[in-house]
Amino acid sequence: MSRLPEQPGERINRQTVVRFTFDGKPVEAFEGDTIGSALYAAGQRTFSRSFKYHRRRGLMCCAGQCPNCIVAVDGAPGVRACVEPVRDGMQVEHLNAKPGLELDVMRATDLVGTRFTPPGFYYKTFIRPRRLWPVYEKVLRHAAGLGVLRKEQAEREWRTEYRRRHADVLVIGGGSAGVAAAKAAATEGEDVVLVDEGPLAIEPIPGVEILTRASALGYFDGMVPVWRGDTLHQIRARRHVFATGAIEQPLVFAGNDLPGVMLSGGALRLAQLYAVSPGTRAVVATTNDRGLEAAAKLKAAGVQIVAVADLRETRRAAAQRLSEQGIEVLGGHTILAAKGSKLVDGAVLGPVGVKGASTERAFECDLVVVSGGFAPATSLLLQAGARTRYDAARGCFVLDELPPGVSAVGDVAGVDESGAEADTVAVPPPVAGAGHGKCFACLCEDVTAKDIKLSIDEGYDSIELSKRYTTVTMGPCQGRMCQLASIRLMAKETGQDLGAVGTTTARPPWVSVPMGVLAGRPIEPAKRSAIHGRHRDLGANVKWAGDWRRAYDYGDPEAEALAVHRAAGLIDVSTLGKLLVRGPEAGEFLDRLYPNRFSDLRPGRIRYGVISSDAGRIVDDGTIGRIDEDTYYVTTTSSGAGAVEEWFSWWLADWKMDVRLTDLTQGIAAVNLAGPKAREILGQLADLDCSPEGFKYLDAKQARVAGVPCLILRIGFVGEVGYEIHFAAAYGEHVWDAIMVAGQTHGIKPFGLEPQRILRLQKMHILVGQDTDSESTPFAAAMPWIVKLDKEQDFIGKWALEHYAEQEPSTRLVGFTLADGYVPTEGAVVVDAAGEPAGQVTSARFSPVLDRVIGMAWVPSPLARDGAQVTISDEGQTLRAHVQTRPFYDPDGEVLRS
Amino acid sequence: MSYLLTCPNCGIREVTDFGYGGEISARPAERPSLRELGEYNYFRRNRAGVQREWWFHRSGCRAWFIAERDTRTNEVLLTELPGGHDNGGGAA
Repeated sequence: MSRLPEQPGERINRQTVVRFTFDGKPVEAFEGDTIGSALYAAGQRTFSRSFKYHRRRGLMCCAGQCPNCIVAVDGAPGVRACVEPVRDGMQVEHLNAKPGLELDVMRATDLVGTRFTPPGFYYKTFIRPRRLWPVYEKVLRHAAGLGVLRKEQAEREWRTEYRRRHADVLVIGGGSAGVAAAKAAATEGEDVVLVDEGPLAIEPIPGVEILTRASALGYFDGMVPVWRGDTLHQIRARRHVFATGAIEQPLVFAGNDLPGVMLSGGALRLAQLYAVSPGTRAVVATTNDRGLEAAAKLKAAGVQIVAVADLRETRRAAAQRLSEQGIEVLGGHTILAAKGSKLVDGAVLGPVGVKGASTERAFECDLVVVSGGFAPATSLLLQAGARTRYDAARGCFVLDELPPGVSAVGDVAGVDESGAEADTVAVPPPVAGAGHGKCFACLCEDVTAKDIKLSIDEGYDSIELSKRYTTVTMGPCQGRMCQLASIRLMAKETGQDLGAVGTTTARPPWVSVPMGVLAGRPIEPAKRSAIHGRHRDLGANVKWAGDWRRAYDYGDPEAEALAVHRAAGLIDVSTLGKLLVRGPEAGEFLDRLYPNRFSDLRPGRIRYGVISSDAGRIVDDGTIGRIDEDTYYVTTTSSGAGAVEEWFSWWLADWKMDVRLTDLTQGIAAVNLAGPKAREILGQLADLDCSPEGFKYLDAKQARVAGVPCLILRIGFVGEVGYEIHFAAAYGEHVWDAIMVAGQTHGIKPFGLEPQRILRLQKMHILVGQDTDSESTPFAAAMPWIVKLDKEQDFIGKWALEHYAEQEPSTRLVGFTLADGYVPTEGAVVVDAAGEPAGQVTSARFSPVLDRVIGMAWVPSPLARDGAQVTISDEGQTLRAHVQTRPFYDPDGEVLRS
Repeated sequence: MSYLLTCPNCGIREVTDFGYGGEISARPAERPSLRELGEYNYFRRNRAGVQREWWFHRSGCRAWFIAERDTRTNEVLLTELPGGHDNGGGAA
């Protein structure tokens, strides 16, 4: 254990020990530790293997900025060890190294494979021979990525929530400037939300909602999604204050990715917050006073400072103080190389701009502390529409213009509130010590300085192109560690100044976020009819049908269909859309919405209707019954219920007619009782004359069934005498049970959706969306009779339908029969004489009552006549079908009307 | 896309609560030519600026209303129920 004695302000509680495992090995930590600090204290130096070359990577920023310490916790990948607090029993695992972190076979890509893996290598190295690409792809897919998602991991069961929060002011960043801004706004009486990434608690501020350990992910038109735990807070504020701070920049030199190379802030955080010694002998390389101060503080914590390279020629007061402590400070020097294989064991310092080994000096050390200056964290501000410009004096991009309602405070705005002597910053060379080895510009994606030069040589000479080609700035750090470095390299190689090169915008999410958080709680409303419990009791095969859970069958669809023909069947059709259209103008309203007439429908009668769009295409269908002079009861398809209600209410809003629209879909249950025995069964239960004369086909009657007030529609969707019984959903099971009991002696059977599909296909009753698509017109769908072009008033679709009435459609919907018993796939292709696709099969079933295969298909119009032969190509098989234009079962409707 | 809309019935809500009905266009009053019909059915002005458009409060009161929105900034200048107001002649 390399714990230091108690440090002032340390965050660990040495009284409480926390135990977890890393790659299965037990690790002891203190309460308050992060995974990173605990592992480092336990001697771990390699935390991950890099993305492409599988090089060792260790702690660098200790602030959740760099990609080096990403691990999996309890199976969930993408966790930054350096900021994730330890918990008892957590299982931490490394990513991206096989078989283990210490021995990784893919390391070969670094040792021998570098020339095969330049930027864009997957378009170069792995392109020939072409036929091997599928193999390459498998290999690359396997090699790429950080971590694996497992089918059974706990995260898949994770329930996440989202929350919407409207505020006056949102402050992003809880450092001193952010807290001050939040306080000031709250004092003015504004409703303030303050969010901060860090694990530190922030003292409560009256009037401010504080979210810590919360990450702002992006800025979307004034909405900022903030991830905290299992909640995505969608925060929308009138005013945004960005106190996102500045990010310490690394230096680009040979071996700058070795474990043991740390940012000055990272080394200090380890020592001061967690009392973990970052190393025993340190070399420090800096461009600014913060690096010098870090050297002094590390020395105070017991780290021996071997040498300090200060890029600036001018000797600063802080450098003087170090010298007085006996530390050698080399002015005008920088670091050229970090040496070592598993861990830093030395550093080479040299003067900037002077080539040759004679000026270089090597030091033995186990820690290299670097500080390449601080870049304002402007990424979220850029997303919000802010502009930056290059500040040559500070060597970084600073805020220039801010959009209205957006302000920046603290370090991100370039305001130093520490009150210290104004710092001067030297701009580091884009790359130093290239002769010593690989110099990484981008740690996430393993992009070296040389790779960026190569991409420019290949013509990717703008920062936007280079970003996409080399993927620099596109890794988990989102440019925090590499954007400035890559711009500097681009400027050097293209001879431009940095301002001309410009910056790219880091796209959301600014922080790596589990997909589950973005998805939120899945909104999958499962609708169940009021009778659903009965279907379950009967052992129904329940499937999704849109939002509904529906009984597809009760075990034997063909037997259920036959029961409807021979005795009686009962199906739950509660899912139908049901709209009540009321008012003095209700008839005219429907006349305007449907191509046929409803104002002349007599009360107590029913008519079929097809809704068409103004483009003349079929939108939905259903039956419309007239209850009384001013009241119509409109049914729609189950899946179209919502859309039809929207459609009706839209036109009503536009036409402003004296009509009231009520959606009864959820409140009304419905069953269809059909079959030769249906009349008798209903007669037993209803206070109603059910005789063929008393209750005719297409009559709508109100009566009590089993004591429950019902609206009964005599319709024939399934082709037998049928009664669609609608009633208050609360009575669902009561009415179902009463009918089943009354029908028992008649051989009644419940039937599901699948037998209903067989039955309706026998009658060629279309299913909108199954047999029709968004291009189908009523004419082509063999329903010209539904369009009443002689109607005086305008109706939706009239003009288009007038046009289509005169035009021969290219294909028409017809029925077909197949001789050999094979049921073609729905969607099978109808081909013309030349073998070209000319239509498709929309429905096909075996009909048990007809004992043959029947179906519906779109066929070329010339073939849409009885007896025509069409060719169907179905998964390699060629089938000969015969067209039939009239219903397969009871073509004249005698059974239906009896 | 993320902004707020004020439903005339329910008040301020996230845009994801609503269904978009498109820009308000005039349905031809007389029998149109095929070309006019095609333009009405399939062409939109797609204005870069303030546009009058239909919205439907799908996850709320299920009312249609009219909004004036700047399509460049998504700033919503006005929302109102269509009743009593000439909304330009028709749904689109």
